[in-house]
Amino acid sequence: MMKTVLRHTILLFTGTALMVPVVWMISLSFKSSAEMFLPEIHLWPQTWNAAENYGAAFTKSPLPKFLLNGVLVCGAILALQIAVALPFAYALAKLRFKGREVLFSFVIAGLMIPPQVLAIPLFVLFYQLKLLDTFAALILPWGASMFCIFLLRQFFRAVPTEIIDAARLDGMSELGIVLRIMTPAALPAIGAFAIFSVVSHWNDLFWPLIMVKSESLAMPPLGLVFFRSGESGTNYGPLMAASVIVAAPLVVAFVFAQKYFIEGMTLINRR
Amino acid sequence: MSSSPQALGHLPIDGRDRSEAATAWAFSLPSIGFMTVMLFGPVLAVFVISLTDWQFGDPNPAFAGLKNYAELIADPVFWTALFNTGFYVGIVVPASVFGGLGIALLISGLTRLGTFYRAIHFIPVMVTTVAAALAWEALLHPTIGLLNHILRAMGLPGHNWLQEPALVMPVLCVLGVWETLGFTMVLFLAGLSSIPNELYDAAAIDGADGIWDRFVTVTWPMLGPVTLFVFIVTATRAFKVFDFVAVLTQGGPNKASEVLMYTIYSEGFLFLRTGYASALTVVFLAIILAFTLVQSKIFDKRVHYE
Repeated sequence: MMKTVLRHTILLFTGTALMVPVVWMISLSFKSSAEMFLPEIHLWPQTWNAAENYGAAFTKSPLPKFLLNGVLVCGAILALQIAVALPFAYALAKLRFKGREVLFSFVIAGLMIPPQVLAIPLFVLFYQLKLLDTFAALILPWGASMFCIFLLRQFFRAVPTEIIDAARLDGMSELGIVLRIMTPAALPAIGAFAIFSVVSHWNDLFWPLIMVKSESLAMPPLGLVFFRSGESGTNYGPLMAASVIVAAPLVVAFVFAQKYFIEGMTLINRR
Repeated sequence: MSSSPQALGHLPIDGRDRSEAATAWAFSLPSIGFMTVMLFGPVLAVFVISLTDWQFGDPNPAFAGLKNYAELIADPVFWTALFNTGFYVGIVVPASVFGGLGIALLISGLTRLGTFYRAIHFIPVMVTTVAAALAWEALLHPTIGLLNHILRAMGLPGHNWLQEPALVMPVLCVLGVWETLGFTMVLFLAGLSSIPNELYDAAAIDGADGIWDRFVTVTWPMLGPVTLFVFIVTATRAFKVFDFVAVLTQGGPNKASEVLMYTIYSEGFLFLRTGYASALTVVFLAIILAFTLVQSKIFDKRVHYE
């Protein structure tokens, strides 16, 4: 009994400590800048300034545009990654052809390369293609996810070959097999990968920072950086409101679908 | 890990096999295209560019041999960045791994509220790093920040946490642990849930039934592979630290928080010294790969029970 109480006490303490920055961000997003400069400090705002701060976040910066860019780019990246990976993973898992082992060893090698390594050459490439500062520069570099290919191949290998042979005898095309037999079998993997992919790209600062200069093309985190440099001084209210809005979708989704998010975020486990 | 290559290529090539191979290549083509242009091509290119004196925009870059690497070795900023990155990895990795293990152990023994604790410890992982960085900046603000308010209320001196050279790296490490702890926690929770209860029963029969006894005889040995894996993953993550530095300190004050990824970014994309930044990238890649290889060697040798 005592031991359980001790466990709860420690976990409440560490959990609360970790939540401090998040709670503080939300608290500041409700406060007026006048109140922030008072010598005493209240978690609960003395004067309620939420409407002004959130209003300013939406009107003084193209925040809705940033969010829309985030949705579009993350969606496009994910769709491309899955469309490219599905047939390839099927070929690697179930088709016999010379070169399969070599191709797969390239996938394994590719898994070890951090994308940051590609920044300079891809920056040069997109410059030469005159595609810097476009959505293409944010989307195309992620087209082939070694991770997605690897994961789908693992799942596809578990599908019994007899089912595929039976489908062939029924006259189903190879593409039909990929779409109607393999894809449903791999849905859990696709779902977990989707969470992993969307979370990584929604939160990424590095890639948009190097590829995009126009404010109108910024992804949410880069948008926050633009917003901050636009606002001078320490007018934290609107900036914190914008931060809350950018971070909220994934955090809220996580709270409601914990199991799936943890699965997606720890997918790396399955390597 | 790899599939069985037996008999491949020794099969009689009949019509069916040929059409299967044709389908396979057609299905592989988009991936091969992307992998060539967006992955392996660029990796080769970064090696080649690192051997030139190219400044972005210069129409006639010249071959420069190992000049960039020589310059890098002579550059104190590079060594500062390497040292700071090592410092960050050296603090954040063990703190997150053992902290995450501790929290996972505390949670896994609970019958109630486990999901709640898991959620609040994991939320920092989900918060967009840039948003988190801005929240921390407000928290650490020298005049209106919460931390200095509390310190002053306790009669202690406040600090300009992100602007004092001696403080900035330790502060960034705290931020790093803050956003990594929940990640290591869930990896350990998964590891813990895969330990069969019978092992604890068996240990209890042998007289190991205290918390510490159970941990030493069952949990820790069984977690061996997970722990090593968590170390590798956390180390590679920590090694790439960039967002906090880019948003909060830009490597300052006076290079006190310069880290490798930030040096690559500023040399390559602010100063447009493409050749030099490529050499830095090659070093970065070499260190990451060395990490992975060395650790997987240990992995193969030491951890072979499942």
